Amino acid sequence: MSVLIYAENAGGKFKKSTFEAVSYAKAIADQNNTTLTAISIGDVANDDLAALGKYGAAKVLNVTNDKLKNFINQAYASVIAEAAKAQGADIVVLSNSFSGRGLAPRLGVKLEAGVADGAVSLPEQNDGKFTVKKTAFSGKAFAVVELTSTNKVIALTPNSYKVVDGSSVAPVEDFSVEAKASDFKEMIKDIVRSTDKVSLPDAEIVVSAGRGLKGPENWGMVEELANLLGAATACSKPVSDAGWRPHSEHVGQTGIAVSPNLYIAIGISGAIQHLAGISASKVIVVINKDAEAPFFKVADYGIVGDAFEVLPKLIAAVKEYKASA
Amino acid sequence: MKILVCISNVPDTTTKITFTDNNTQFNTTGVQFILNPYDEIALARAIELTDGGNGSVTVINIGEAGTEPTIRKALAIGATDAIRINAKPHDAWYVAYQVAQYVKANPFDLILTGRESIDYNGSKVAAMLGELLDIPSVSIIKKLEATAADATVEREIEGGKEVLTIPFPFVAGCAEGVAEPKIPNMRGIMSARTKPLTVVEAVEVKTFSEIISYETPAPRGQVNLVPADDPAKLVDLLHTQARVI
Repeated sequence: MSVLIYAENAGGKFKKSTFEAVSYAKAIADQNNTTLTAISIGDVANDDLAALGKYGAAKVLNVTNDKLKNFINQAYASVIAEAAKAQGADIVVLSNSFSGRGLAPRLGVKLEAGVADGAVSLPEQNDGKFTVKKTAFSGKAFAVVELTSTNKVIALTPNSYKVVDGSSVAPVEDFSVEAKASDFKEMIKDIVRSTDKVSLPDAEIVVSAGRGLKGPENWGMVEELANLLGAATACSKPVSDAGWRPHSEHVGQTGIAVSPNLYIAIGISGAIQHLAGISASKVIVVINKDAEAPFFKVADYGIVGDAFEVLPKLIAAVKEYKASA
Repeated sequence: MKILVCISNVPDTTTKITFTDNNTQFNTTGVQFILNPYDEIALARAIELTDGGNGSVTVINIGEAGTEPTIRKALAIGATDAIRINAKPHDAWYVAYQVAQYVKANPFDLILTGRESIDYNGSKVAAMLGELLDIPSVSIIKKLEATAADATVEREIEGGKEVLTIPFPFVAGCAEGVAEPKIPNMRGIMSARTKPLTVVEAVEVKTFSEIISYETPAPRGQVNLVPADDPAKLVDLLHTQARVI
């Protein structure tokens, strides 16, 4: 019995959500008095692999098969399942990232495991019951799911578990699995990664704007504020529907659900569908000229004012704060 | 091309979520159920791909008789026919298993789902189906173009996108961008009444998960309002009080 964490990288680098997932998996291993093994697939520098020890990995399995340089859902699931079997791991943890959402269910089938995706806290293990709290109804509620199978797969929501930083270095071992040809039907034609933008699901700060901005030409202010704060930009549904911003920035019940430390909503009234996607944010700031906007009811901090007057002043204030910090 | 679209019946997006029986049951009283918005996108693209007699679109739903209005809506939008597997959808594994059993007996070139359902926010059925049928699955796609032999899909990745070519058959979970949802017209609504809706009994399968209770997020305190002419105060509060910058 042990725990396996799939340490996902993006372009050869581990992300903060991976460190969160390793820290989370280590806590689960501790709950069960067992060890944590990490598995990495693709080209990651040896020092970065060994550094997973800082977050609690006792050992890192490194898979560097050329065919597995880029993410192929079927093939990665096969490798991780084989690693779980080889390590005798009955709990597999991964990040509930775009890739994790494809992997966790395939692992669930391969390992005959119950899958808790969107997990937001550590499992509770009482009287032989293993329960995990996960998001439901797009953030309007949580569901407590009991995993009744022997093997279990848990996909952790980004920003929902703190990175626990230590000082250990983990030994790195090569791990290879004979790849099945049928696992490689997908052919990657192109990968476009915009390195200068913060990824929305992982972002610690999100600056989001709505129809109050009046048009796409006014988004420069939103982007400037986001850049200053190291934040991702987002928008409400009417804005993406109108084509002012890409669909990938639409946050809400039918868009992306986010869970940042700080969510700044500018010119968004706060429809129930929008609130559903952002309610897991730790701190919410609302800027709206309508004092009756429903968003103020869920906000921690608010400014009643016109975005066109408030934003330039806010940008100046953040610049001043940054200069003095 | 034969396309299967998996559809689920979910509470309307405006629903206020409450629970009964000591927070162990979702309270359906007064709740309007709708076709899952992401499944509508998948269905719209399936209809576009088979336009002009270029194949058929079957929708499949795991549900009891109460889900039939949602299935009829999918038929009104333009699906060719529908299958209802007569059971309460227990969890994603149960749903995927039922669909996989049906597909093994009735193969399709392409299987589409929504990227997730807006009730339990699972995005598991597409990939579970892929694994059960031993075919590729792509979980969140933003674009889908098809030729006779294969399809090109655009997948969302952290901080970017990835373009993939995949041979049929495969499963894809559709997100915004794949198609604009279609609104049924009067002709569609009339013809939906007579389109075939076949009810199939579920097969028995062991499940691995169970929702045992629900919680609602803790209410937030009252908003702390900062004067509009003093955003520096907000920055200070975010730094010293909330400690988020």
